[in-house]
Amino acid sequence: MREVVLARPGDFAEWRDAARGLLAGGVAPEDVSWRGAEEGASLFGDDAPSASGAAVSLPRELLAMADRVICHSDANVPARLYRIVWRALRDRQLLARRSDPDIDWLSKTDKAIRRDIHKMHAFVRFRRLGEDAGRERFAAWFEPDHRILRLTAPFFRRRFYGMDWAIVTPNARAIWHDETLTYGAGGTKDEVPDSDVVEDQWRTYYGAIFNPARVKIAAMRAEMPKKYWKNLPEAQDIAPMLAGAAARVERMRATAVSLANPQTDKWRTSMPEALALTDDIDTLDDLARAVGGCTRCPLHCNATQGVVGEGPAAARVMLVGEQPGDREDLEGRPFVGPAGQVLNEALEEAELDRQRLFLTNAVKHFKFEPRGKRRLHQNPTTGEIDICRWWLDKERALVQPELIVTLGASALRGVTGKSMSVTSMRGAVHELAGGTRLVATIHPSFLLRLPDRARAAEERAAFVADLAHVRELAA
Amino acid sequence: MSGKPILEKLSILADAAKYDASCASSGTVKRDSTGTKGIGSTGGMGICHSYAPDGRCISLLKILLTNFCIYDCRFCINRASSNVPRARFNPQEVVRLTLDFYKRNYIEGLFLSSGIIRSEDYTMEQLVEVARILREEHRFGGYIHLKTIAGAAPELIARAGLYADRLSTNVELPTEAGLQSFAPEKKPETIRKTMASVRVGADDAIEAAKGRLLKKAKPPRFAPAGQSTQMIIGADASRDDDILATATNLYSGYHLRRVYYSAYSPIPDASSDLPPVRPPLMREHRLYQADWLLRFYGFQRAEIMEGASGGMLDLSIDPKLAWALMRRDIFPVDINRAPRELLLRVPGLGTRAVDRIVAVRRTGKLRIGDLAKLTASVKKLLPFIHTPDWRPGPLTDSASLRARFAPPAEQLSLAL
Repeated sequence: MREVVLARPGDFAEWRDAARGLLAGGVAPEDVSWRGAEEGASLFGDDAPSASGAAVSLPRELLAMADRVICHSDANVPARLYRIVWRALRDRQLLARRSDPDIDWLSKTDKAIRRDIHKMHAFVRFRRLGEDAGRERFAAWFEPDHRILRLTAPFFRRRFYGMDWAIVTPNARAIWHDETLTYGAGGTKDEVPDSDVVEDQWRTYYGAIFNPARVKIAAMRAEMPKKYWKNLPEAQDIAPMLAGAAARVERMRATAVSLANPQTDKWRTSMPEALALTDDIDTLDDLARAVGGCTRCPLHCNATQGVVGEGPAAARVMLVGEQPGDREDLEGRPFVGPAGQVLNEALEEAELDRQRLFLTNAVKHFKFEPRGKRRLHQNPTTGEIDICRWWLDKERALVQPELIVTLGASALRGVTGKSMSVTSMRGAVHELAGGTRLVATIHPSFLLRLPDRARAAEERAAFVADLAHVRELAA
Repeated sequence: MSGKPILEKLSILADAAKYDASCASSGTVKRDSTGTKGIGSTGGMGICHSYAPDGRCISLLKILLTNFCIYDCRFCINRASSNVPRARFNPQEVVRLTLDFYKRNYIEGLFLSSGIIRSEDYTMEQLVEVARILREEHRFGGYIHLKTIAGAAPELIARAGLYADRLSTNVELPTEAGLQSFAPEKKPETIRKTMASVRVGADDAIEAAKGRLLKKAKPPRFAPAGQSTQMIIGADASRDDDILATATNLYSGYHLRRVYYSAYSPIPDASSDLPPVRPPLMREHRLYQADWLLRFYGFQRAEIMEGASGGMLDLSIDPKLAWALMRRDIFPVDINRAPRELLLRVPGLGTRAVDRIVAVRRTGKLRIGDLAKLTASVKKLLPFIHTPDWRPGPLTDSASLRARFAPPAEQLSLAL
């Protein structure tokens, strides 16, 4: 029987060195007895072989777990960890066998340590000691379940770099001073001040943030077990808060609804009223405001905003698309998304200046189907196009373009009020009532949906040619 | 008003802030004070530094800058016509409190909101100023959550995004009609536009990061913990179906990290047309479960509603179980062979348990005894799965299956 004495419980390096020695010596787990320094040495044990430096390769995840688990207060941990390491060297799949009793134990123990660490991060309460050369100094007393101070101190260093602090626990202390982290022996509660002026504010906050109408004590105790309460300044208020909760709710309910605060009118400012749809719309700005309040069809319920046309009020050419897409809906401007990108490039090739065109859509609100984190475009119905035509007509009346270019079938419907195929209308110049000329072409988003590259290039060239034709007509 | 002692102001302005459910401090970038030699760190999971007896986590100093408000939203304790005592912090006082609390390890950071004073822009400016002082003058690296004031100028929102980890704009009520009748000054379109500008800010920051020439030059982050919102449940007549429809739209349109559902809870000096009832906590819980099914379990809203009746989720059993009871044709599934997507639909299996099962079954066939080590509730799984040593037989289709899970009726009335 080999005997290993660990002088520093919870010290990973010491356990690791001992384990390395044993593995190098081929000592099976059942032939080792592990004990702490304070326990008397066994009468019959041989000394364990010292670390021979033989490299042992173990999964990184297992080492990380062992580093934590060794801090567990259970005295059997070093032995059981050694057995797992011993087995892991013979079974590369061991860690994946979650239903194996050793691995089950390991993950449960690791979970307990991680919870202890997490709770320490949460429940340490610093109290101010004073100030030294412009640096504030703080100290805290904390009683973790396991020997986790060395696992938690780096967190506090990263978080509280700009102040000096000490955390004292029953079996170790960590001190951050002069930008150096040092560890020392355990201490007692009375080394740390028993109050801090800010605690009154904290307790006031704790009392005020509590909603007496939704008492859920079990939920609180599951996450903040009673064992921590003695070192939490706010916990002394829990009992009185609970005792008064029912009465507070009752008072809220019993109080007759009082008269409105007489000062209300003084605070309130007048809100600009949204323009009613029937109000006179004399400018494009009026129109934009009115579209903002449009509820003529249900599309406004889910879209962000109505998107009106953009461009000079005296533009000679008006481009009409289908409806705003995802990006247009977010920004409130037409043709700023992927299809707008395609349009911009095509306009440039056709030598048409976007700044001189009036760009708008047949439908002013984005119609979509939510799918996870995306909104999938949906075609507007003829009903929706026809309802929205009211706005398009207003835009046409205000801008009075000489030439209208419809992009896609929805735009054609919006402008003419009739369902016609783009193919049948394309390539010719039509005349609308009132003498406005009409050119029909495809919607640029059509080019984005073509999987075949040769076909896409062909269609794109035809689209650019249509736009070039528009330039000639407008010249 | 600034003459009130700090404890009194803190008490008023924390009390006024508690109806905002969010207290999350997770999901942001890793940051620590080593480089700045200041105070504060973030990263990984959030930390709940305390719990109130209402079971809610206290992670942030959650306060209002002021509870004066020019709006008169009827569900809100701070509405203009309410007779609650009023108070106002100046930005320096909030900064002082945040740092004092943070250095004592009471909190992860600040969640600052405000009643609307003077104008939306003025109020937003004040909130941004607090965040600016914390970040720039005190090198504060902790978590900052700012409420975006709906209707504030996009430039102010863009500045808020530079200092804050998270931004949030509350939609308040799940339907437009509800908002119109309960919060006449709030416009749904204004709220959505504000959320849209947060998403545009975040998208642009990502694009800028991709397009930069020098990989070393860190582009400014924009609200790295994303945006969230809150809906009040039970104040108006909205059905769960409407609520989930709104949530789905918000998730897809504005890439929200979270939608919070807050059971309407009676407030002091309540408006007369609101229900003076106990908050519908179970309904709130079921909505959260449904929300998780939408986001992490591959469910569509229509599927969740299969297990509902009249557009309302079943209060006595969870929504996944309610769905499974309607779709028994799919069950039992073979734990050792079913694809991940199907395992996620088994009542009683969470995402973690599913991940474990998928990993472990590569090393050998799983039996019932093994499952006990991988998940908490084997009993719940039994009617819906089979393994080499377990077949549910007629249990899956038995008429009394629902009764196995639903609590007895009298207990239900207590739970409500």
